[in-house]
Amino acid sequence: MAKKNYAFYPGCSSQKGASASNFVTSIGMMCDKLDIQLNEIPDWNCCGASIGYGEGGELPRLALNARNLALAEKNLPGQDLVSGCPACWLSTRETAERLHQHSDLMAETNVALKEAGLSFKGGVKARHMVEVLIEDVGFAGMKAQVVKPLEGLKIAGYVGCQTNRPFGIAGESFENPMYLDKMIETVGAEAVSYDQKVTCCGGALAFSEPEKSQKQIRDIVESAYDNGAEMIVTPCQLCQANVEIYQSEINKKHGTKLAMPVMYYSQLMTVAYGGNSKQAGLDGNIIHSQKLRDIAAK
Amino acid sequence: MSNQNQQAVARYHNNFLREVEERVEDGDWVKMCMQCGVCAGSCPLGSAWEHTPQKIFMMIRAGKRDEVLKSDAMWMCTSCYNCIVRCPRKLPITHIMHGLANYAHRLDMAPKGQPTRVIAKLFWDNLVKTGRVNELKFSLAMYFKDGFVQGIKNAMAMQSAGLSLVKAKRLNPMEIIGGHKCKDSSGIKKMIARAREIEDRKKGFTS
Amino acid sequence: MADNKFAAYICSGCGIGDKIDIGTLEKIAKKEGKMAEVKVHPFLCSTEGVQLISDDIANEAVTHVCIAACSRRAKTEAFYFPTVAMSRANLREGVLWVVAEGDAHDEVRQEMADDYVRMACAEVKKMKLPEGNPNHGGNKRILVVGGGMSGMTSALEAADAGYDVVIVEKQALLGGWGAKLWKRVPFKAPYAEPQDTGVAELAAKVSSHPRIKVYVGSTVAETAGAPGRFNIKIAQDADIVEETVGAIVQATGFTSYDIAKLPELGGGQANVTDQAGLEALAIAANGAAIKRADGKVVESVVFVQCAGQRDDTGKHLPYCSGHCCATSIKQAMYFKDANPDINTVVMYQDLRVPGMGEDFYRSAQDKGVTFTKGRASGVESSGSGCRVSFRDLILDEDTSVEADLVVLATGQVPSAGVDLEAWNPVVMAADGGAEDAKQKKAEMQKISILNLNYRQGPDMPQFKHGFADSHFICFPYETRRTGIYAAGPVRRPMDMLQATEDATGAALKAIQAVENASLGRAAHPRSGDLSFPTARLEGCTQCKRCTVECPFGAIDEDERRFPKFNEERCRRCGTCMGACPVRVISFENYSVDTVGSQIKSVDMPDEFSEKPRILILACENDAYPALDMTGLSRTVYSAFVRVIPVRCLGSVNTIWITDALNAGYDGVMMMGCKKGDDYQCHFVKGSELAHYRMSKIGDTLTQLGLEPERVVTHEVAITDNTRVAQYINDYVAQINEIGMSPMKGFN
Repeated sequence: MAKKNYAFYPGCSSQKGASASNFVTSIGMMCDKLDIQLNEIPDWNCCGASIGYGEGGELPRLALNARNLALAEKNLPGQDLVSGCPACWLSTRETAERLHQHSDLMAETNVALKEAGLSFKGGVKARHMVEVLIEDVGFAGMKAQVVKPLEGLKIAGYVGCQTNRPFGIAGESFENPMYLDKMIETVGAEAVSYDQKVTCCGGALAFSEPEKSQKQIRDIVESAYDNGAEMIVTPCQLCQANVEIYQSEINKKHGTKLAMPVMYYSQLMTVAYGGNSKQAGLDGNIIHSQKLRDIAAK
Repeated sequence: MSNQNQQAVARYHNNFLREVEERVEDGDWVKMCMQCGVCAGSCPLGSAWEHTPQKIFMMIRAGKRDEVLKSDAMWMCTSCYNCIVRCPRKLPITHIMHGLANYAHRLDMAPKGQPTRVIAKLFWDNLVKTGRVNELKFSLAMYFKDGFVQGIKNAMAMQSAGLSLVKAKRLNPMEIIGGHKCKDSSGIKKMIARAREIEDRKKGFTS
Repeated sequence: MADNKFAAYICSGCGIGDKIDIGTLEKIAKKEGKMAEVKVHPFLCSTEGVQLISDDIANEAVTHVCIAACSRRAKTEAFYFPTVAMSRANLREGVLWVVAEGDAHDEVRQEMADDYVRMACAEVKKMKLPEGNPNHGGNKRILVVGGGMSGMTSALEAADAGYDVVIVEKQALLGGWGAKLWKRVPFKAPYAEPQDTGVAELAAKVSSHPRIKVYVGSTVAETAGAPGRFNIKIAQDADIVEETVGAIVQATGFTSYDIAKLPELGGGQANVTDQAGLEALAIAANGAAIKRADGKVVESVVFVQCAGQRDDTGKHLPYCSGHCCATSIKQAMYFKDANPDINTVVMYQDLRVPGMGEDFYRSAQDKGVTFTKGRASGVESSGSGCRVSFRDLILDEDTSVEADLVVLATGQVPSAGVDLEAWNPVVMAADGGAEDAKQKKAEMQKISILNLNYRQGPDMPQFKHGFADSHFICFPYETRRTGIYAAGPVRRPMDMLQATEDATGAALKAIQAVENASLGRAAHPRSGDLSFPTARLEGCTQCKRCTVECPFGAIDEDERRFPKFNEERCRRCGTCMGACPVRVISFENYSVDTVGSQIKSVDMPDEFSEKPRILILACENDAYPALDMTGLSRTVYSAFVRVIPVRCLGSVNTIWITDALNAGYDGVMMMGCKKGDDYQCHFVKGSELAHYRMSKIGDTLTQLGLEPERVVTHEVAITDNTRVAQYINDYVAQINEIGMSPMKGFN
């Protein structure tokens, strides 16, 4: 089968040695199995993330994202831009849509882009990796590659915010999206029902408002525990980092004993597709799931 | 009062709504709020807000310029976009909050030392330098934002988490002496400067 | 006239024959019910089953048919035999589906079925085939009173449907309120801009319509008669013109609540006006800048919503008039469209824009109209304009706003004519000779709109706050004067679009009324009923209860002070029959005897049988359908009850209760519609009257030595199918606790 080609936008947190580097590791084998060819956009830059507004202003942020779109358009023509990071995807897609809707912003952005020797015509679609999996591969396609079903694993699918809002995945509800649960079931695990599926982890305010963010995180993890989950799975880099890293902080402050593994869907898929611990980036987690490691080692 | 703030006051007299409409990102949506309060009830940090988005919109219409721009409310936004998807009037509330925060920051009306404000600036400065965010430098800068002593305390407090990340190869200590950057970082700098220049002219900060 | 021949038809289908011994039923119908013919069919509503009955009617001269099958509400098209009197025994919904399953219940199930056959036979023997009202008029013209938006719409709708119309308007020109507006709230997509009122075009259409006769500058001086034969005297200048019509639509609209009553909000100040005042300023401006009365161009304006409305202090109108938010939005646009820099503030507590008004609201926001959620506390003059003090309900603070002009959105006050509740005592006093009462009566008469010559007063009974009384849920245009229909804001507060829809509905109702009247049939809700009440006057004691209690003013008094029925005005509810202490009023197919004989026909087990018998008199409009639905959902209730449907609880004569208790029933349950201000009674007052009458039955019970709990009344809505089973089961348990009636065995 011919490979499907995409212009890949990894984003800052997915760089080598950065907070979501194991995400990039884990999608390698998954993409191979599903005939997805990711072609990294040359010299991509930061999207500005959700905190960039404070200093950035509108047009500078649009220009930043338009630069990535322009690079994809020029170097990888005809390919959809795909990011694994919801913040990157959201910023890029929002830029593409705003420029498409407002010709004045498009013109101004192109004046700025010219300084970096680029121009953007508007011909690139920005997509999330999950969209590629659901829309281009499909649940049946994802299931077809499973060789080690993750039987007996109870998982809380944590969709979080930016994969879900404001754009979300086509056909899903904002209040209770089901695709992540379906993906969990596709790899043979059990999706538990719990009430914090789309709760905010605090996002970038984990740094600036730690108390408030950690309350959010604690609610999410405790609800997952209360509903019998052994693991949280998310499509979001910031959710993964916040929910995993701060559990020890919360334990210290509140005497709790939270130790809930927080994984990417791609790590589950890699293990289910027969990948080993290393291929699934399991060593990149701070809180380990012995069950998942055992399945990977089988 | 900053120079730019004085200019803004002179330019718009008492019409704060018009000022917001012309100068704040998506500010022209403020008049469309129907005061239902769904945003206030949907915000994860809603209880921490000095003024909920609903109130901010009403204050803008009532011309409460200082109270709005000096509020730390907008800086509580986690960018979860819950308010946007639930607003029955489809106001881009998240963007408006970001826009107001940016405008207050621009006029130097925003609360001094407001943690999110400080971090937002650090983040932007960090990314503008190389075109990409250097997580280590950003983290260190954050820890030391409140001064050297507090910085050591902050860093110590997060030391275990930091070390686990290093162990998990998700925080690279070598980044301090280089790390990731875009090849065309100078082009990016010029591009951002140009974009800002255009926007400033459009919004009447410069002629 | 041929002799009566009675026949009973028993259906064994739908599982009736599996659980109920049909042979026993046959025997009962023959021996006890004295039916000349008794036939059993396994599928009575099938073509063959129906043919069996039709053939007997045609060939065997059967005149009275008793069908023992399903509920009288089921298979009405199959069992439609208009040439015979007919009763129905409800074996399916009333027995098979509600009695608990299993052999243990076989005996009580059979007894219940037996009794229903006995009752149906007893009933049909007392029935006569209704022949229709022979004294009916046949006039099919329609009078429309009021030439505003509602009235003109009613007139055109009726005329276009082929009915001749007479329209009477008090003012010199057609148009009403609509003619005083600069623009109207949009009624077409995209609902974004004020639209032309279209009133002039509508008036021209009415004036030139070949079927419409227009009287302007005219009033109704007298309305006499009944549906199908109303005689109308129209006063035009000094002349009286007479017209005959079949039905009437009253579309007399509203007036604005007087702002002089709102001094606290600036009523009476020069720069404070109401919505009507603002329309006048807008018409004067003719699209240019709107000027105040003193000639100053208005640069800022505040609209105060709910002015003197939604008031909970008791000083002003307590209700919401529904249109005023959209009207203020429209008026704010008058300013914004002329000059976007004019500061326009709409101060609201709850912005209510029904229908597509939300789009209109959004459009106003887009135009820059400021909407402030606040409660105005005072308006005082300030500089060259006004200062409005208010409580900001979002920011929770007291503050104020300055404006050149303040517009108070006041409410609609209906123009429904004389309030009969105030009228009747005045008339009594005047008839008694009191001079001041005579003068007051003359004063009141001046505001009358219809000047009905009915015994019950000159206008329609009014609901709360002066709106024409109507059953607002089920049949809003029906008033309590048959053949007279209310349309528009005279009925409830509403906007122009709603008023035109209302007017169309009322026109259709008027058409239905003239058609029914011309055939001697009842109007809604027993539309098509050919029965009508008659009184055996030789037994009448002239107590006047029937004339007073008739909810529809159908009964006048003749010159000898006996009740004079106006059959076309009658809705056939039987409230007069229920009221009559000497039981001289009856319908051919519904009378004291048709129900009384059913009550008495039930086989009464003795005191030691542990089988109580409870009579349920259930209103056929809501309670009886609810009981049927209980069966439909297979909810079980006690097999000790015997249900008799009644036309309305108002028709229940206390003799039935006494008869039942004397006969040894252990309890009586009455089930009717909700009464009171938010009544759901299909005949408005029936349920209320029944409750009142039953409150007086205590004496009777004491005389009989019975506990007061032996008679209970319940309000039952059509959706109460589960609740009604609970009522029954609880009551049976209660009766078991009190013990069996000591009256058993005396008859």
